[in-house]
Amino acid sequence: MDVGYFFKLLLSGLTRGSIYALIALGYTMVYGIIKLINFAHGELYMIGAFTGLIVASVLNYAGVDPVLTLVIATIFAIIFSSAFGVTIEKIAYKPLRNTQRLSALISAIGVSMFLQNFVLLFQTSDFLSFPNLIPEFKFLAPVENYLSSPQILIYICTAIFLIGFTVLVKFTKIGKAMRATAQDSKMSLLLGININKVISVTFLTGSAAAAIGGVLISSQVGQINFYIGFIVGIKAFVAAVLGGIGSIGGAVLGAFVLGLVESFGTGYISSDYEDLFAFLFLILILTFKPSGLLGKSLKQKV
Amino acid sequence: MLKIDNINTFYGHIHALKGISLEVKQGEIISLIGANGAGKSTTLLSISGLEKPRSGSITFNGEDLTRMTPDSIVSLGISQAPEGRRIFPSLTVLENLELGAFLRNDKKQIKKDIEFMYSLFPILGDRRHQLGGTLSGGEQQMLTISRALMMEPKLLLLDEPSLGLAPLIVKQIFEIIQKVNKEHNITVFLVEQNANQALKISDRGYVLQNGVITLSDTGENLLKNDDVRKAYLGV
Repeated sequence: MDVGYFFKLLLSGLTRGSIYALIALGYTMVYGIIKLINFAHGELYMIGAFTGLIVASVLNYAGVDPVLTLVIATIFAIIFSSAFGVTIEKIAYKPLRNTQRLSALISAIGVSMFLQNFVLLFQTSDFLSFPNLIPEFKFLAPVENYLSSPQILIYICTAIFLIGFTVLVKFTKIGKAMRATAQDSKMSLLLGININKVISVTFLTGSAAAAIGGVLISSQVGQINFYIGFIVGIKAFVAAVLGGIGSIGGAVLGAFVLGLVESFGTGYISSDYEDLFAFLFLILILTFKPSGLLGKSLKQKV
Repeated sequence: MLKIDNINTFYGHIHALKGISLEVKQGEIISLIGANGAGKSTTLLSISGLEKPRSGSITFNGEDLTRMTPDSIVSLGISQAPEGRRIFPSLTVLENLELGAFLRNDKKQIKKDIEFMYSLFPILGDRRHQLGGTLSGGEQQMLTISRALMMEPKLLLLDEPSLGLAPLIVKQIFEIIQKVNKEHNITVFLVEQNANQALKISDRGYVLQNGVITLSDTGENLLKNDDVRKAYLGV
């Protein structure tokens, strides 16, 4: 067996996993709090990528340093995607909060189509090339056949975001309010927690994560179009379900497992079936563990 | 302090509260007793703003609660320990208590108050890092009451604190209710099926039947009342 090839696939699986993790967080958080599969979430990733591209193009033209461009582009992407995320919730989900769950789900699919077509109309249906903003790290030279600079950067950014996010959820007041709302929103109201604020923060954080993922992966892949959010969104959703939707640790685990399965599947079997592996694996896991890898069916004492 | 004036609350087409009026004065312990489905919990949820009455008014120290959101009602100093305890099962005992103080910002005093809750219910102190879902029913009830007290409420609403608990624990919980009422000047509005226990510690009581208040008197008199004895005390 070729050990080098194995490591290459392993590292590329972790890269995919990182991006899926950043997006799956949004699915699982929103589901945890308002029990909605936000099918428009993949579009927030796409909007993050487009915002990043627009800002980067302008800064590139002005001759700004690539690293600084990447930072500014990412910040703008975060701001835009978060604004979209929070606004979508207010317009498309909040009015339906006390109706059947299916209504909000259909609304989410509608928002997804709207955003795709919105970007299609105002941008283009062609692939646009995304400038490579990630510098070559010299220290990677000995292993450059296995590990690229964008990959390292994606690992680091994902790790930082996940750590920051864990601190937010575990130790801050708003984080505790988020966990409380996810477990019992009515009781949270009785404690004086402003649920609307909690929901907004949830959408904001999830959208920010998706935007970071969008800019990073676009910069690595080098091209984007209006449709990129769809398939990545579905995959991240699969990752969230795989790990147990509603569970944050589960979403991250599911994302990395999915990334590795895809990477090894395409590497050792055939890249023609790239999308097949994800869904096949999902069916397998759900057959044997219907609540996902870390999902649990909560029992309540009476 | 709290004044409910002729409220009508509906669940869908069901007329749950049919023109209820009652009053709770500063420093009192008031009981609302009645059978299952009489509308007791609905009354408490209407006060806290989770159910909106279709007509009538609820005022707290002169402020109209029917137009306020649940979180702003809490911020006035009305806290509720609801039916079914509703502790957060995947949060620790300590985190549950901290969430009770969600609207407060005085960190030092919050710490002191948490210690005070542990002194009221030592078992909670022993289990502070345990998840709420792993507590027994009695412990959960203690946690629910402590969490409600963490808000430093002026008015404490308790929904069936004795439900499903062993008599010894019920006794302990009612003693604590009396203690916080007297020593910490917290007004208590208690909803109970356990009429005997509730009326014993109450200044006054109301009897609720099918969404209508049929009787109101001092706790002592209600305990002696023949109708109450037959219907709720099993005598």
